[in-house]
Amino acid sequence: MTSWLARKRESGFLLAIPTIAWLLILFVLPLVIVMIVSFMSRGRGGVAIMPFTIEHYQRSFGIFSIILWRSISLAALTTLVCLVIGYPLAFFISTRRNRLFQQVTLFLVILPFWTNFLIRTYAWRILLGDEGTINGFLLSLGVIDDPIQMLNTQFAVLVGLVYGFLPFMVLPIYASVERFNFRYVDAAHDLGANDLRTFLRVVLPLTLPGVLAGCALVFIPSVGAFVTPDLLGGTKGLMIGNLINNQFGGSGNMPLGSALSIVMMAVVMLSLVVYLLANRRDRGA
Amino acid sequence: MLTADQQLINEHAMSRNRFLRRLGIVGLWLNPVFSYFFLWAPILVLVLFSFNQSRSVASFSGFTLKWYSNILNNMMGAESAFSTELLLNAFRNSLFVGTVATAISTVLGTMIALSMARGKYKGKRLLDALLFFPVVIPEITQAISLAIFFKVVFDWFALMSGERIFPGFHTIVAAHVTFNISYVAIVVRARLADMDPQLEEAANDLGANPWQTFWRVTFPLILPGVISGALLAFTLSLDDFVITFFTSGVGTTTLPVFVYGLLKLTVTPEVNAISTIMMVLSTLFIGISLTIQGRAVPRA
Repeated sequence: MTSWLARKRESGFLLAIPTIAWLLILFVLPLVIVMIVSFMSRGRGGVAIMPFTIEHYQRSFGIFSIILWRSISLAALTTLVCLVIGYPLAFFISTRRNRLFQQVTLFLVILPFWTNFLIRTYAWRILLGDEGTINGFLLSLGVIDDPIQMLNTQFAVLVGLVYGFLPFMVLPIYASVERFNFRYVDAAHDLGANDLRTFLRVVLPLTLPGVLAGCALVFIPSVGAFVTPDLLGGTKGLMIGNLINNQFGGSGNMPLGSALSIVMMAVVMLSLVVYLLANRRDRGA
Repeated sequence: MLTADQQLINEHAMSRNRFLRRLGIVGLWLNPVFSYFFLWAPILVLVLFSFNQSRSVASFSGFTLKWYSNILNNMMGAESAFSTELLLNAFRNSLFVGTVATAISTVLGTMIALSMARGKYKGKRLLDALLFFPVVIPEITQAISLAIFFKVVFDWFALMSGERIFPGFHTIVAAHVTFNISYVAIVVRARLADMDPQLEEAANDLGANPWQTFWRVTFPLILPGVISGALLAFTLSLDDFVITFFTSGVGTTTLPVFVYGLLKLTVTPEVNAISTIMMVLSTLFIGISLTIQGRAVPRA
């Protein structure tokens, strides 16, 4: 035993033990417990009791599949919109020749995100509400006669998610465009490629690592979003994060909530695997 | 020699190319205009309507500071969940949780970073995974797993000893440390990777024991990384809502959890005013902490 300890001390492993222990007890063990609870039955007050069952997973993919699908498709759409807005924006920022102007344009993307996520999301309630700023503006112009319902819809959730995660798309793409050597564009033009071809065959492949990283960084938190749909989505924009939240309370169902969060974790892990594979293929090519 | 037809086709292709390029340039300029409007409009509208005379957020009817004075004078109506005292209390709770969680996670994160950078043992890839997963796992999954874990442990404890433990500061701090460790470790490891290990060997050759080497050589050199890690941990801790929401108990409401309670209800000018104050404060805080680290933009 002493020799084992001495050997471990020699190797520097001992120094890592407190941290490993902390993470095993407060990160790994809780996840294992959630995994076990997700296979248990619902008792009085929503707690987990024996016997084991797969009922909650059946429900997750059964009646709750609409919400699961909605979460995945809203997250995918968020990623797409962020890419469409973020790619040209990142390109714009990184191609500014004036160093100061470039830093200002980058700073203007980052600065709003120094504010708490809750407050940034709340701001959209002011804009999108029936008696909100956008409706007020359109009504006063006479464009519409009745307010358009925007708050408490999936549209509001989409806008909120895009707003919440846009910098996660812009920053990695900015980093990869920064590294891009624009002489390749001249070379492609000299070799007879037009602008579109140059973009598709030269610019896009070389900035793809940034695009992939951006997509992963936007998609992953979007799937598990809880605050955005909670503040902006109402019942129509309910996402899986809200469904999980609803299972923890008076009339809740802890095993069901656990099963749903395991399913969500699986979706996130799957998208991470897709990202890693795409990244590896990209590097190999 | 090109025929007339070929020339015509060439010219056509070139003019189309020129048109597309012009379109691209216009697009490349329109996009930032739209994007910056999109990024800033909500914030400016929020600030604007915190100074609006009427309670409406549909149109601006005149400048006033009365909502701010209402907050200071605690006048938000009897039915309101708000009182200045509760707000300050929540803020104190946040600072307390943030400080304790930052202290613990900075020590633990630095320890594992040092061990992984200098240690000679197998299985570091496994440790990489252990540090990586808390960063990528959905917040709400981590939140409910901690909530269930604490419930199971406290239930078991009550069964064993007959005494009931309730969630509170200890559970929030434990949760915050758990998600902070990885960030501290990542930042400190980056710093260690930049450091020349020969400096430590030199100290060793000059007769310093490992303890002296650490405090006289390694620690001063990695200190900027440790400070960056600690500031990041503190910011994450102050900002966290979801995990705190699931692990806090009665009387241990942190600022984000308190603010959530206000924002969830309705849009009122007082809430806009509180949001504006918090926005200014958090921007100042992050600005100052980044200035301390000597750079304007956080490194990705």
